[in-house]
Amino acid sequence: MGVGMNSREKMAKRAAQEIHHGMIVNLGIGIPSLIPNYLSSDCSVMFHAENGILGMGPTPGVGEENAHVCNAAGYPVTTVAGSSYCDSAIAFAMIRRGMVDVTVLGALEVSEGGDLANWIVPGKRVPGMGGAMELAERAKKVIVVMNHCNKNGESKIVHKCSLPLTAKACVNLIITDQAVIQVTKKGLLLTEVMAPYTIHDVIRHTNAPLLISDHIKTNE
Amino acid sequence: MKNVFGKIISAEEACALISDGSILMAGGFGGIGSPPTLIDVLVNKGTKNLTLICNDTGFPHIGVGKLVSAGSIKKVIASHIGSNPLAGKLMTEGKMDVEFSPQGTLAERIRAGGVGLGGILVETGLDNEIVNKGKGVVELDGKTFLAETALTADVSIVYAKKADEFGNLIFDKSARNTNPLVAMAGNVTIAEVEEIVALGELGPDEIITPGIFVQHIVQTKGVEWKWVWE
Repeated sequence: MGVGMNSREKMAKRAAQEIHHGMIVNLGIGIPSLIPNYLSSDCSVMFHAENGILGMGPTPGVGEENAHVCNAAGYPVTTVAGSSYCDSAIAFAMIRRGMVDVTVLGALEVSEGGDLANWIVPGKRVPGMGGAMELAERAKKVIVVMNHCNKNGESKIVHKCSLPLTAKACVNLIITDQAVIQVTKKGLLLTEVMAPYTIHDVIRHTNAPLLISDHIKTNE
Repeated sequence: MKNVFGKIISAEEACALISDGSILMAGGFGGIGSPPTLIDVLVNKGTKNLTLICNDTGFPHIGVGKLVSAGSIKKVIASHIGSNPLAGKLMTEGKMDVEFSPQGTLAERIRAGGVGLGGILVETGLDNEIVNKGKGVVELDGKTFLAETALTADVSIVYAKKADEFGNLIFDKSARNTNPLVAMAGNVTIAEVEEIVALGELGPDEIITPGIFVQHIVQTKGVEWKWVWE
């Protein structure tokens, strides 16, 4: 992959392009938490945390952490000017009322129709859905950021999810280490490939039919 | 402190109100905002067969996770157990029942119990066979909802920044999380607090939980666990 960004950073950088000034944004743990590093300084957004912060700021420096200012994963954050705290019911009122503009989540599987599975692998991993169901159902735009294939090299983009769903037909955009794919009414539309992968690689690694955009571009 | 309303008691006296088999509801989110001293006393007492209602099961050594690690929990109602691998193991081995409730639904079920409602109508999980299992469906104004029951507890334990002698509570930053909801939903509510102050020292405008919902107040000994990021 050469020098520079690893695939996690590339995905985060690409997802950051979907976030615009003035938005309310909820980021999942893992790769999505890297996204703020790639927002331009003139892009002011309010980051929402479902444990009850609206207006999260960057990670504090070592020694500056406050155990009572943490994100939904339990890790220290800071707050920005204009931020507020609330209880969990109000934090979810913001989600349920459709006030979150964008949520960026990880996934285990995404289907051709935009179904999302990201909360349980029965008998193996039982993390629980946390706030993912409400976010997936109610955020205005749902972006999945994930590796294109699982550890066994199998496509995580599938015709039909085999794992229990988090929410049906909720995903709008899929960003992987190999491609950017829109979920449209006609099906999955490949709009970008991530170098060094090619259109051919992406088609071969995707276990669902792909429409190819007429204006496909390559992200270096 | 005068203890005008007799609400200020020791952690040991407070935990004597929680028996083996009790339904216990705890505030906190990932351990943040969970009452550390009450949890320690319950662990040391060897309390058993609790049904625990909490946002999540904390981490193995943090928050209510310590009760899971101590084998005190028979059943948990939570939205997430992923940060506590032991909880997942006990669930998979059939040693602990886990009822998953979506996080916002869980918060509202607790709030509903706390405000005296019988349940709530939500769309979350309506077409999800794991979430909707065994639950009623209600048609209202042309829309379809899942009927979710309200939650109350024999005893609720919460963590607050300050209480006055009446039990009026203010919380600290994001350690507020589920605490105001949990405080309302206990048949008996115990608030563990960083500081107990005299009546009149908290401004009526700043109080988040009115003391009417708080029966007992316990002075915290503070968090003695190491946070995951430390």
